[in-house]
Amino acid sequence: MSDPMKKTIIIDGVEIPFEEGQTIMDAALAADIYIPHLCHKPGLSPHGSCKLCTVDVNGRAVSSCTMPAEAGQEIANNTASLNEARKTITQMLFIEGNHLCPSCEKTGDCTLQAIGYHLGMLDGHFPQFYPRREVDASHGSLVLDRDRCIMCELCVRASRECDGKDVFAISGRGTKRQLVVNSPTGRLVDSDIELDDMAAHICPVGAILIKDHGYEVPIGRRTFDLHSVSETDLDEVILKKTKHHDQEHETAEKEGGVYGV
Amino acid sequence: MSDKSNLRRIAVDPVTRVEGHGKITLLLDDANHVREARFHIVEFRGFEKFIQGRPYWEVPYFVQRLCGICPVSHHLAAAKAVDQLVGVDELTPTATKLRRLLHFGQTLQSHALHFFHLSSPDLLFGFGSNLAHRNIVGVIEDYPDLALKGVRLRKYGQQVIEVISGKRVHGAATVPGGVNKGLTIEERDRLLGDINDVLIWAQDAVALNEKIHTEHPENHGFGRLNSNYLSMVGGKGELELYHGGLRASRPDGSNIFDQFDYRGYYNIIREEVRSWSYMKFPYLTELGRDDGWYRVGPLARVNNCDFIATPLAEAARKSFKAFGNGGYVHDTLAYHWARMIEVLHSAESIRDLLLDPEILGTDLVVKGEKREEGIGVIEAPRGTLFHHYKVNEDGTIKKANLIVSTTSNNQAMNESVRSVANEYLDGNEITEGLLNHLEVAIRAYDPCLSCATHALGKMPLEIELLDSSGMAVDRIEKGSNGSITRTL
Repeated sequence: MSDPMKKTIIIDGVEIPFEEGQTIMDAALAADIYIPHLCHKPGLSPHGSCKLCTVDVNGRAVSSCTMPAEAGQEIANNTASLNEARKTITQMLFIEGNHLCPSCEKTGDCTLQAIGYHLGMLDGHFPQFYPRREVDASHGSLVLDRDRCIMCELCVRASRECDGKDVFAISGRGTKRQLVVNSPTGRLVDSDIELDDMAAHICPVGAILIKDHGYEVPIGRRTFDLHSVSETDLDEVILKKTKHHDQEHETAEKEGGVYGV
Repeated sequence: MSDKSNLRRIAVDPVTRVEGHGKITLLLDDANHVREARFHIVEFRGFEKFIQGRPYWEVPYFVQRLCGICPVSHHLAAAKAVDQLVGVDELTPTATKLRRLLHFGQTLQSHALHFFHLSSPDLLFGFGSNLAHRNIVGVIEDYPDLALKGVRLRKYGQQVIEVISGKRVHGAATVPGGVNKGLTIEERDRLLGDINDVLIWAQDAVALNEKIHTEHPENHGFGRLNSNYLSMVGGKGELELYHGGLRASRPDGSNIFDQFDYRGYYNIIREEVRSWSYMKFPYLTELGRDDGWYRVGPLARVNNCDFIATPLAEAARKSFKAFGNGGYVHDTLAYHWARMIEVLHSAESIRDLLLDPEILGTDLVVKGEKREEGIGVIEAPRGTLFHHYKVNEDGTIKKANLIVSTTSNNQAMNESVRSVANEYLDGNEITEGLLNHLEVAIRAYDPCLSCATHALGKMPLEIELLDSSGMAVDRIEKGSNGSITRTL
C-alpha cells in the first residue's frame, strides 16, 4: 500500500512518482512503464477514446490517459485479463475498418498492427464489417484513406492544438461515423492542411499518407522491425521518422540507401 | 464452331495439383472423338477492378498478392509500369541490375517448384501410377538426391529474393523509379558461396529433362501443338526475361513481328471473351481470332530466341534445338526441358550479376515527370506478363488491364487437352488414366491458376460422361485423398 501522503502510485506492484496534474498514463510513461495505447500522444490533450489504455484502479476500470494520478492509487496494468480485453478491442478496430496489411505502405510502421502483434492477436475473431469508405486523393501532397481510419482523433487534435488549424473532425454516428474534412467541398485539397503540419504525420495507421511515397524503408529497417511498440519514447521516434519524409529520404539515399531512423 | 447437338460431355473438376480451380469439359461426337475441349475457369478474382481508386505507388505491392509462386513477377511488371507513371524510362544501372537479380531468383525458384515439386512425380513415376505415391514426398522416397536438388534449387532462388526484397514471399523491393535498398558485400558473398552447387544442380536438371525426351519417345507427341509463340527477346535476339522487345513466331519459326515495343501491346494482341470461362482468350491481331492463338512461357522463349547469352544455357539450348532438328520444338512436355534451360540461365546470370561491381552501387532511384499511363511487361516464369495502368490526375488508378501468362496459354491448354483426350479416351468409360493424362498436360503449362483465377484448396473431383442425348452414362468422383468412387 502506497503512502497517501507521498506523491506516488503503484502500477503492477511498482511504486512510481507523479507530479500534480499528471494522468496515470503520463506518470507511467515518465517511469518507463508501458500501457498500451493508440489515441494518446504526449503533448496533445488526452482523448480516452481507444480504451486500449484501460487499467484497473482500486478495482475500477478506467482510461489511464484521462484519469488523473492520485496518491495511493493501486493500479493493475499488465495483467492477462486486461491484455485479453485490449486484444478484443484491437480486433474490433481491425474488423470495423478495411485494414489490408499485406499491401499497405504502413505495414511495419503501423502502431495498430504493432499493438496487434504485441497483444498476440492472430485473427480478427469477429466478422468483417467491410465498410464503404471514400479515399480522398485530391490534395497535392497528402492522401486520406478512410478505409484505415480508427477514429483516434490524433489528427483532429494535432491540427487544432499544434497546427493552429481545424482541418479534421469525426462526424456521424455508429457505423456511419467517419473522418471529415473542414473545407467547403469536404475535400482535403480545399482545406488549409499542408505537408509540414503535424496533422499530416501523426496518423498511427495508414489513413493519412504522404503522396508519392511508400515502401521506401526496406523490410528489416521499418519502425517495428527495429523498435517494440512498448518502448515508451516511441512517439518521438515515429514523429522524427515521418515529419521530414523527403529530407530523410534524400539523406538516406546519399548514405547508401538505408532509410533508418 | 460446328454443330454441338450430338456431342457428349465429360467434366473433369477440378484438376488437382494445380493451384486454383479448373474444370474440364470434353465435347464428344458419336464416334467418341473429342471435338472440342473446354478448360473452364469458373472463378473470378477481380484485381483489375479493386485496384481502381488506389494510389499508384501501392500497385506493385497490391498485385504481387495475385500469386504466392510468382509474386516477384507481378511486383516487377507493375513496378515497370509505375516507373513510367513517374516518368522514368531508364533506371540507374545498379537498380536495373538489382531488379534483374531479383527476377532471376524468382525464375529459379518458381521453375524449380514447377518441375521438381509439382511435375516431376508424373514424369518419374508415370502418369497413371499410384496417386498416393505420385507426389513430391514419393520423389523424396525414391529419388532422394534428385528431390533434394530440386528443393535446394528453389531454396537458393528464394534466398536471392529474400536478400533483395526482405522476404522470401511478398517482400518489398521496388519504389517508383528504382529500388528501396542496395546489396551489401556480405549479402553478395553469402549468395556467391552457394552458386557453384546451384550451377551443378541446374545442369543435372537440364540433363534429366533431356533424357526424359530422348529416351522416352512416347512423350514426343503428348499434347503436341504446332503453335505460334510469343515472347520477349533482347536487342540482339537473345533470351531475355526482364526487359526487351516482343517477338512472335509461326510454328515454322518465321517471325510475325519482332522487337515490338510492348507499350503498344494492345495493337498486336486482342482478348476474346467466351461465355463459359472467366479467363479471356488473347490472340494476335494480325492472325485473327481463330488462328491467332499462341503459346508463351519457357517453350516459347527458348524456341523464339536466337541465342542465350550465358554459355552453359546456350549449350543446353543447342541440344534442345538439335532435338527439334534445328527447328522449333513443339512438344508440350518440352516446356519442362526449356524450363530447366532457363533455370541454368538464371543460375549463370545470378553469378554474373553478383560478380558485377555495379551491383554494389548506391545510386538507386531516378525521378521524372509524371505521366497518365504506364505499361510494364516482363517474362514471368510461365510467360509474358502484361500490366497496364492509367491514373487519374490525383494519382489514383483509373483503369488496369493485366494479361497474365496463363491467360495467354488459355487456348493452347484447351488444344493440348483435346489432343490428349483424343488419344486416351477409351469408349464410354472415364478412366483414372485419362484424368491423369489431362492433368499432366495442363501442368506442363501451369501448376498455378491462382493468378488467372482464384485459389481453392483440395476439392473432390467429379467426372461425368454424357451420351449424345445428354444422359449420364458414367460418373466418377475423385476424393481429395485420391480415392475414386463410381457414383452412377
